[in-house]
Amino acid sequence: MVQTNMYEGMLAETVTIHGANHDVINAYFARPLGAGPFPGMVVIHHAPGWDEWYREATRKFAHYGYAAISPNLYCREGHGTPEDVGAKVRAAGGVPDVHVVGDIEGAMRYLRSLPYINGKVGVFGTCSGGRNAFFLACRVKGFDAAVECWGGRVVMPKEDLTPKQPVAPIDYTKDLSCPLLGIFGNEDKSPSPEQVNQHEAELKKHGKNYEFHRYDGAGHGFFYYDRPAYRQEQAVDGWKKIFAFLEKHLSK
Amino acid sequence: MCTMITHQAKINGSGKGKDGWFAVNQVNVSYDHPYHVPLEHALNIDFVNEAEGPGARVAVELTLESARNLVETIHAVLARAQAGGYGEESTKAEG
Repeated sequence: MVQTNMYEGMLAETVTIHGANHDVINAYFARPLGAGPFPGMVVIHHAPGWDEWYREATRKFAHYGYAAISPNLYCREGHGTPEDVGAKVRAAGGVPDVHVVGDIEGAMRYLRSLPYINGKVGVFGTCSGGRNAFFLACRVKGFDAAVECWGGRVVMPKEDLTPKQPVAPIDYTKDLSCPLLGIFGNEDKSPSPEQVNQHEAELKKHGKNYEFHRYDGAGHGFFYYDRPAYRQEQAVDGWKKIFAFLEKHLSK
Repeated sequence: MCTMITHQAKINGSGKGKDGWFAVNQVNVSYDHPYHVPLEHALNIDFVNEAEGPGARVAVELTLESARNLVETIHAVLARAQAGGYGEESTKAEG
């Protein structure tokens, strides 16, 4: 917690990391100044793109004492404004899961290579980034906590599977390797409350360590202060739940 | 993307973007998260030329009702053009 008489500083910049297939991709990185040690956070952007909200979220984690990195999962699609690149990816039906896994694992390994990391790394994402936070915590070893905010398409009917997304993340639940925090709005359509029920039932079935918080009066994307979906009371409480969860699992 | 409802089609024409006119050769139509219109999902239409980069894009984001009105209006105009004998002419490039 910040005190008014304490020193506070932050470094935030664009860096490059090795992602899937050892491709060089760019990433936004923010960390507190000082020797640390700091826990790490991989911050996975949402479907609309690697945008301003995600830079702010990355700095928010740094403000709370985390070395945080947000890899640009759309790096291979060319460069331009986040909206233009995001629209291109939207038209193409997203990016392949195999790249998502490699890029996020690369970001985690980047954090673990730094001399001031405390040995713990978490993963956070919203929307498709929430899906991917859960997905990566199942597919890759090396995360100590995962925060999934309204992860759409964790539950996928067979007809929604594509060559880019050939397996529904829920089918990897048995491989979840760290505690999971889920934040959902009860008025969301993707994921719907019924899909969140399925998600939770699968976690219970496999005896996983998880906690879900479901908010009435909130739909999809209720943290986004720049969209009409923003719900102040639920968003403030959701962020409190996130930082309490991360403190519990990543601080030591 | 949270709905993944998207279609693409080849087209031939011009669009006016932030740097002026450019050739458009593809239209991307989706029902998914918009960037600007204050809706969770919208009918998004992007006229693009991918060879010129992601910025070569003319975008609109419409409510479903607006999108249906647009489709009906285009059909009505095309029908009148065809009835007036313009159908073949309009597909030829001007000299």
